[in-house]
Amino acid sequence: MTEPQLRCSHLTKRFGNSTVVDDLSFELQAGECLGVIGPNGAGKTTTFRMCLGLSTADSGSISVFGMPMPEETLAIKSRLGVVSQFDSLDPDFSCSENLMVYGRYFGMASADIRARIPSLLSFAALTHKADAKPGELSGGMKRRLSLARALINDPQLLLLDEPTTGLDPQARHLMWERLQQLLQQGKSILLTTHFMDEAERLCDRLLVLDHGRKIAEGKPRDLINQHLEPDVVEVFGGNPQDIAGSAARNHAKRVEVSGDTVFFYTDTATPLLQALGATPGLRTLHRPANLEDLFLKLTGRQIREDG
Amino acid sequence: MRLRFWPVFLRNFLVWRKLFIPSLIANIAEPLMWLVAFGYGLGALVGGVQQGDEKVPYILFLASGSVCMSAMNAATFEALYSAFSRMHVQKTWDGIMNAPVRLDDVLLAEMLWAAFKAIFTVTAILIVMLVLDISHSWKLLVAWPILLGVGITFSCLALIFNALAKGYDFFTYYFTLFLTPMMFLSGVFFPLDTLPDMVKWVAWCLPLTHAVALVRPLFMDAWPEQAWLHLGVLALYASVAWWFALTLTRKRFKQ
Repeated sequence: MTEPQLRCSHLTKRFGNSTVVDDLSFELQAGECLGVIGPNGAGKTTTFRMCLGLSTADSGSISVFGMPMPEETLAIKSRLGVVSQFDSLDPDFSCSENLMVYGRYFGMASADIRARIPSLLSFAALTHKADAKPGELSGGMKRRLSLARALINDPQLLLLDEPTTGLDPQARHLMWERLQQLLQQGKSILLTTHFMDEAERLCDRLLVLDHGRKIAEGKPRDLINQHLEPDVVEVFGGNPQDIAGSAARNHAKRVEVSGDTVFFYTDTATPLLQALGATPGLRTLHRPANLEDLFLKLTGRQIREDG
Repeated sequence: MRLRFWPVFLRNFLVWRKLFIPSLIANIAEPLMWLVAFGYGLGALVGGVQQGDEKVPYILFLASGSVCMSAMNAATFEALYSAFSRMHVQKTWDGIMNAPVRLDDVLLAEMLWAAFKAIFTVTAILIVMLVLDISHSWKLLVAWPILLGVGITFSCLALIFNALAKGYDFFTYYFTLFLTPMMFLSGVFFPLDTLPDMVKWVAWCLPLTHAVALVRPLFMDAWPEQAWLHLGVLALYASVAWWFALTLTRKRFKQ
């Protein structure tokens, strides 16, 4: 087995009395897309920052391309591409100039950077905006420019912190398409996200974090099959407590009430729906279990303090 | 070895180049207004200022002090407001540190950049002073590197407050408690001899006083007395301030 691109072993990070990352270990193999999901405050961003050497772990170790972080920060970063959660594009420079200036931070020669700019702009679908400044770009364009900027050094591994947060569906789909292209080129990606559809679509494997601990790890479909019943029936339009306690309950493995909606998790949806049909006025939605159900099962439905 | 701070310095330079004309006007208009209003206006009332054995025109006295003040102000504004915008508001530093550039390199670039802004402003003012024929001593060529040193000293000092700032409002303290008193106590506008001993003692602890003591004689075609002492004080201020700025900035970024 080849050396993983990224390996975190027993990472722990405390701020004061709270442990934000707790004995976290994971690996990212070459060519793989690993998604890190978890509620706000689960430790995603702290882990991300530690992988970049911006924050130091209290214990545990990180190695990237087989080199220790943070000791080899500069050597590692010269082969890494990063898109952080908030854009840090230079507002005074055009798109081309942003790429030019950023390439110099890697010690690249101006001529080499200049040669890469057209293909990066075209990859980011920004060729027509080469001379526009970030202030003139839409949210999706800015994110794609950030991605193009992260690719200036042709990195092997990309670290993306919530790359599509705040984008409209068209812009998200374009971003996904581009990330899939990068995976096809053989690059590896570590990404954090709050979107389960994004995680399911892009990631080969997922890491579910909560309270700084790893609570699940695996392929998206495997995780769903392993932790959930195949079908979900959502019911609303009546008293949720009465519905949850009705005869339909016998056909479900698990029942959850959230607000006015009752969620039945079941292997046998047909008899369950028949039983519900006995009560008039109920509205039902029958659908396969998805990653969002898994996420909510593992991390609960309560809003987090900082959420 | 690759100079990692250089692309960061170059980045600031390229942004500044786009705003060259407004920046130039802002940097030299104010010092020139001081010079014209006080030098010619007040100078007419004051007449001359006794410097050692000779009496020099007030405008020459003021010009030699205010050029030091301009170096101080230019470096300070750049290392406070502009550096803070890049560090905190625009997150430019965060972006840079995702590339193989360390925080120390970024801070060094900011420090040198603010010093460059100071020397740029000083050069523009010196040219205007030459044109106005306030001084034409060849020793002004020596004043130039000294003023670069003054820029470095004040940019290191300002970066300490940059590292501590939560917002722009914080910088008001630095201006009201440190820069403004220093402006009046460092012999820019009037000779220190007239001050009470206690105040004089405070004045000689301030870096700007030593900058003025070095630069003023050069305007009058003389060499400064005790030059090494004054240079030593500036160098001490610069190195101690740099150490604090670096330590506090690292602390700010280490969460």
